[in-house]
Amino acid sequence: MKRWLPLISFAILAILLGFGLKNADTKSLIPSPLIDKPAPDFNLPLVGQPEVFVSKSDLLGTTYLLNVWGSWCAACRVEHPFMNQLSRSGILPVVGLNWKDEPTEAIAWLKQFGDPYSINMSDYSGRTAIDFGVYGAPESFIIDAKGNVRYKHIGVLNQQIFEREIQPLLATIAREVSGQ
Amino acid sequence: MIAELGQLTLIIAALLALAQFAFPIYGAWRNNQSFMAMGNSTAYGQFVFVSIALGILTYSFLVQDFSLAYVANNSNSDLPIIYRISAVWGAHEGSLLLWVFIITLWTVAVTVVSSRKTSVLPKAFSARVIAILGLVSFGFLLFVIFTSNPFDRILPAPFDGRDLNPLLQDIGLIIHPPMLYLGYVGFAVAFAFAIAALLGGEINREWVRWARPWTLLAWSFLTFGIALGSWWAYYELGWGGWWFWDPVENASFMPWIVGTALLHAQAVTEKRGSFIGWTLLLSISAFSLSLLGAFLVRSGVITSVHAFASDPTRGVFILMYLGVIVGGSLALYALRVPKMISGSGFTWFSRESLILINNLLLTVALFMVLLGTLYPIIADAFGMGKISVGPPYFGSLFIVIMAPLVMLIPLAAYSRWKQDKAGRVLSKLLVPLFISIAVTAMVAWQNDASNLRTLSGVFAGTWVISGTLRYTIERFRKNNRFTLPRSEFAMVLAHIGVGVFVIGVAMVETTSTEKHLAMGSGDSYTIAEYQFTFKGTEHIDGPNFSAERGTFLVTKNGKLISTMYPEKRQYRNNQIMTEAALDPGFTRDLYVSLGDPLDEARQIWAVRIYEKPFIRWIWLGALMMTFAGLIALSDRRYRRKKTHQNEPSAEPSNNTNPLTNGSMP
Amino acid sequence: MTPTRKKRLTVVLLILLGVSVAAAIAMTALQENLLYFLSPSEVAEQQMPTGRQFRLGGLVKEGSVNRATDSLKIRFRVTDGLKEVEIHYDDILPDLFREGQGIIAIGSLDNNRVFQADEVLAKHDEEYMAPEVADALQKAGHPRASKDSTSVAPSEYKP
Repeated sequence: MKRWLPLISFAILAILLGFGLKNADTKSLIPSPLIDKPAPDFNLPLVGQPEVFVSKSDLLGTTYLLNVWGSWCAACRVEHPFMNQLSRSGILPVVGLNWKDEPTEAIAWLKQFGDPYSINMSDYSGRTAIDFGVYGAPESFIIDAKGNVRYKHIGVLNQQIFEREIQPLLATIAREVSGQ
Repeated sequence: MIAELGQLTLIIAALLALAQFAFPIYGAWRNNQSFMAMGNSTAYGQFVFVSIALGILTYSFLVQDFSLAYVANNSNSDLPIIYRISAVWGAHEGSLLLWVFIITLWTVAVTVVSSRKTSVLPKAFSARVIAILGLVSFGFLLFVIFTSNPFDRILPAPFDGRDLNPLLQDIGLIIHPPMLYLGYVGFAVAFAFAIAALLGGEINREWVRWARPWTLLAWSFLTFGIALGSWWAYYELGWGGWWFWDPVENASFMPWIVGTALLHAQAVTEKRGSFIGWTLLLSISAFSLSLLGAFLVRSGVITSVHAFASDPTRGVFILMYLGVIVGGSLALYALRVPKMISGSGFTWFSRESLILINNLLLTVALFMVLLGTLYPIIADAFGMGKISVGPPYFGSLFIVIMAPLVMLIPLAAYSRWKQDKAGRVLSKLLVPLFISIAVTAMVAWQNDASNLRTLSGVFAGTWVISGTLRYTIERFRKNNRFTLPRSEFAMVLAHIGVGVFVIGVAMVETTSTEKHLAMGSGDSYTIAEYQFTFKGTEHIDGPNFSAERGTFLVTKNGKLISTMYPEKRQYRNNQIMTEAALDPGFTRDLYVSLGDPLDEARQIWAVRIYEKPFIRWIWLGALMMTFAGLIALSDRRYRRKKTHQNEPSAEPSNNTNPLTNGSMP
Repeated sequence: MTPTRKKRLTVVLLILLGVSVAAAIAMTALQENLLYFLSPSEVAEQQMPTGRQFRLGGLVKEGSVNRATDSLKIRFRVTDGLKEVEIHYDDILPDLFREGQGIIAIGSLDNNRVFQADEVLAKHDEEYMAPEVADALQKAGHPRASKDSTSVAPSEYKP
């Protein structure tokens, strides 16, 4: 049986690598400590309307997707068509968190690529992003009607990930609401 | 439009690769000459189409076609032309295309050599080899087309590109990947020979003789590629290390370890006919580890523990590919490997037994590196938390495992095939032993900084060098002239390279002087009799960056010996780069790099000052091994028209030295 | 047993012995060099013993950086949004170290529960790196390329 040993070792290795691959899917650098905890408070001006402020409490009552983006971020451009599509689909409102960005550039960028955001807040200093534990743009959070963070995705969000991870979650959230 | 053409050429190339697999393998099975011959034409065709695809991608970089996502991500309108070319393989998609191109290059080389009139390869055998290479290439082409297409468009096209990572904007990185890939992919040839032998049942020492030059060539490229990478890291990464044991490096090092074991095992199989099954297994393993490396690095499996970037679809694809290629060949190995242990026997002290020890130690080293590299995945799979393995694990273990290997090198060169007496060999090595002790004592006496680790390193290195030289001199005497057969000269050179490398590592790792400190303009600091005076910084502008450039005057005994200009660059895409300043030398390098400004007004900077003795010896040793591989390749017996089938082992043992090439990194 | 078989057995036993010794040494070395990765919250929860080396990841808290101008000493706090950890460091910071930036520090806690860092690695970029870009840094081709961005391992961290 000695001759089968290499193949057997390889098979074990391959299974291990498969496991690794499965785990590689969970991309977060640090599992966000915010999951299932209240989202940090924020009170931010809107992009293009610096006199209008939106706070966390204003958004209570709806489940929404918070999308961290910046016009300086090329990966955001890759992600953007999906955000537009998501916003059009009306599955849930998309709220923008414009991170460390010049409002004028942000507005120009949205003109060029489309504006999916029902509400688009400007986090010029980046403080809110830190409260959220944002590691890089783009990053997306699902925040439920009670203001709890339910999900976090680092990197480009796409249809596949949305269907696989977010839609089941939205269904769960909907059940919770109807259950009460 | 031209990018779509590139895509099309890739698809055609993939079809040709499939044909290159199917026709000759069928031809070899049915003994049909015309089907076998189709392997050659399809191989040439595939090469042409892959070259066109690579050419188109290069062209897209040259004309700055930012509508290609790949170009937009890795180039910029300010990027100098030379880096636009190297940017072609600066990231995943393009580097994969380069990988495929190199497979086709090797295939064409094999095709040309095996279809020469003087070729000794049986037609069916070479048809199988070419078919296997076609299969290897087919998988990679599918991978490129389905998961990593460099010709994908990004719409609307951005106005300008993101720029190539500044770290990759360097001459070292223009040549490093092609060399490394020539090595990785080159093991595919030895792999294909082994599979062809298993398929055809021609498992004798002949196939080793045919496969050996290809292994040597691939091994030389890999050695050179790794050395180049190490050198690049040293001067470009800004903190002066030359090897870090990170997963990506390990990915390139594991095939090297097995490749080295393979070269030695091949020597035994070629000369004595022993170890055939083992040589087959190593041939399969070397290439399999190249593939494993590609998987580890491109799937995000390893980096996932600490980083975000990963693309599971790519990982799934490579894992399936690994399953087919590696799983298939190991199954074939299990079914076909000869039951009988062939070849002549040998006693416990003989060249065979020493090479066996070499192979055992290298295998243990391989498993050790593999374990350390995969441990984070294992821990993750069993829910043990996010874990990484610190470099000391590799560093200390590797020395423990390699030390006996290095010490045995001179013995192996001296020992005879089949059987020898340890006493005879050791008695010849008394002089080298004495020399090594003398040199070590001298170093200990001269150098206060030296400790036990330095001294053992110096002793081991000197022992290898002097032992090998002693052997060379004896051979000169016996032959009455100052030449050696090329393969023997190669062995000597490679082993001396190992000695040089060992000395370099021992000196750098234990006697370097490293100082991190805050320096203001006008401040001086002295390390190892070199006085460094900081003369402040000035602002300069490059093509796609701006920089603060510091000036350091270096004096020794009051005499100015060097003026060094380290830079802190800010590239236009906001990436910051530390450009270290080096003053290289045969016995020491001086190294200065700027940290960050602590007080801009008073020009106080964090500064790294290093004195690194003998660091050049590390790469010098690697270069010697590289050249040794190339010299061995040019040995007469690989150019002989017809190898006679009679016993090579009939030659007296001392005249036929195997290419026991480099045994340690 | 014939002499040859006896000899063969001895050789096999010797090899087995050597391999098991090597395996034992390897496992010990591995255990000694394992580094756990913790977030500030985990540090707060799990009573990590003082002096035990581990890796700490988080964001540099805005306004928390306090550094000397005439030496390399620096203090700052990292946060994960819930908890914070104070870090002391006395060496050259990575190029990309900034407030609000993600970092990984390697070191251990002292008696005052301050994290004494031996090494600080900074995240490569503020932007999430598209896989292809990250790959540029770590593809098989570039052992060091990873190093570049990643330093000692993590692909997006740079010392």
